[in-house]
Amino acid sequence: MTYGDGVVKSRTAREKADDGYVPSPRRIERERFKRARARRATAVAALSTLVTGAVLFLVITRSPGWPRTRETFFSLEYARIALPKVLDGLLLNLRLLVVCGAAVLVLGLLLAVARTLRGPVFFPLRALAAAYTDFFRGLPLIICLLMVVFGVPALRLQGVTTDPVLLGGSALVLTYSAYVAEVFRAGIESVHPSQRAAARSLGLSGGQALRFVVLPQAVRRVVPPLLNDLVSLQKDTGLVSIAGAVDAVYAAQIIAGKDFNFTPYVVAGLVFVALTIPMTRCTDWITARMDRRRAQGGLV
Amino acid sequence: MRLANRPLRLASCAAVALLTAAVGCAPQDASSGGPGAAGPGKQSCERGRLPTVAHGTLTVGTDKPAYAPWFHDDEPANGKGFESAVAYAVAKQLGYDKGAVRWQTVPFNNAFAPGAKKFDFDINQISVSAARKRAVAFSSGYYDVRQAVIALKGSKAARAKSIADLRRLKLGAQVGSTSLDVLQDTVRPAQQPAVFQKNDLAKSALKNGQVDAILVDLPTAFYITSAEVKDAEVVGQFAATGTAAEQFGLVLDKESRITGCVTAAVDTLRKNGTLAALEKKWLTDAVSVPVLK
Repeated sequence: MTYGDGVVKSRTAREKADDGYVPSPRRIERERFKRARARRATAVAALSTLVTGAVLFLVITRSPGWPRTRETFFSLEYARIALPKVLDGLLLNLRLLVVCGAAVLVLGLLLAVARTLRGPVFFPLRALAAAYTDFFRGLPLIICLLMVVFGVPALRLQGVTTDPVLLGGSALVLTYSAYVAEVFRAGIESVHPSQRAAARSLGLSGGQALRFVVLPQAVRRVVPPLLNDLVSLQKDTGLVSIAGAVDAVYAAQIIAGKDFNFTPYVVAGLVFVALTIPMTRCTDWITARMDRRRAQGGLV
Repeated sequence: MRLANRPLRLASCAAVALLTAAVGCAPQDASSGGPGAAGPGKQSCERGRLPTVAHGTLTVGTDKPAYAPWFHDDEPANGKGFESAVAYAVAKQLGYDKGAVRWQTVPFNNAFAPGAKKFDFDINQISVSAARKRAVAFSSGYYDVRQAVIALKGSKAARAKSIADLRRLKLGAQVGSTSLDVLQDTVRPAQQPAVFQKNDLAKSALKNGQVDAILVDLPTAFYITSAEVKDAEVVGQFAATGTAAEQFGLVLDKESRITGCVTAAVDTLRKNGTLAALEKKWLTDAVSVPVLK
């Protein structure tokens, strides 16, 4: 028997090694067979991909309604008209996302901390935070928006804004801070009690233990679900348009409703997807960096 | 290697199967060759025997809620309101009496979605335009519409005498409406107009002072100011834009084979004075409203 495949990994039979090793005919035969199998696998994969593509292409383009579908959903002319207006509207989405996102993170964290405070004296605070999250997590966002955007101005309070964007943004913050508070709370409760116990035994106060030991671990654990909520918020910023403000999707709808063509919607959809992908990559990178830092000294 | 051929054989079999399925299952246009079926060029409008969606009945679409003064009590089937009356008059002209007309709820966006339609024609204050004709077929116009501005009584907007006076105000209109087109193309206000999903929301915003004035078509303006927002008034109407007057038309599927028959019916109703009589009965006379220049 020759060496097993596992021993001489980096050398194939072709290279003549300087240690006088000559691969056996059986090994040469085995390697040739493996190469042939690899080639065949690649060919089969390529063929099946081609066939699948061809079938999809044929089914879609040979369907009787395709010319009209193309005209209605993929019209270059309307894409050109729509893109600048959709991007104008997107500014509103982005402004709302940044401002509301920051407010939601802060408020959500405060709510989560309020819910996880210990000690009987904090009972009213805990109860209030629990009631808040229960209510606003359950209330459909669109109803919350209608109530805030059209209900608050109807009160005719002096000094309270009637600006639909500000009001709509507040409604988003109300609902999303409830979601995010629950995410943070799950993170805080997932930190093992021994961590707090160790921190307290080192002489840290309750507040310090929370600030320096529990929260950093909790936040790190919930980055992926937080991102989920952030992407969801980004798409829901468009609902503020219920009060007449024009966001990206609404700008698309205005053109679509005017000329009965759906292409602007497709453009707006692609713009949103293009916005979400870099966000996801960015958080993946942050998460990976945090993992690297945690795993200093190498993973076991 | 006999074994190694298996994936290849499998792949080729699958490919053949898939291609067969693709070619065989490609949906074909269903042609309902009922009586009275004819090519789009030559149409036989045999009374009561048109190639309709549901045989023997005429299916008419409109949005829900159906607003006054076009419909009354959100009930299109009662024959009350201008568009309900027009729909029944057209149906009668085509040889379908009241019992043979079925109403179908069709949201505005569905009226022009490509694909098979669930209605024979849709009546929903939809204005005829060249761009829209690329997506749907229209009958000839059954109503010449003017756009109007409404504002709260005593407000700055209510004192507007010209289009220039409107330019500095915060204006609103409904999405997909020609009111919005007039707002964007004729008024061209300094600040971005508010665009609403429904006129109901525009009314709320007007009451709350979130917009100074809203644009709607004239009959709707009269209805809002007389019945819904009583502290609002019609500030003025716009002169007809462009060469032809703006008209509401019945919406049909682009491939509908009854477009010619429906158009002929509307034309007849216009000629014999039926449309004018229905207008007089259901819509307020617009003579007294000043025209904004």
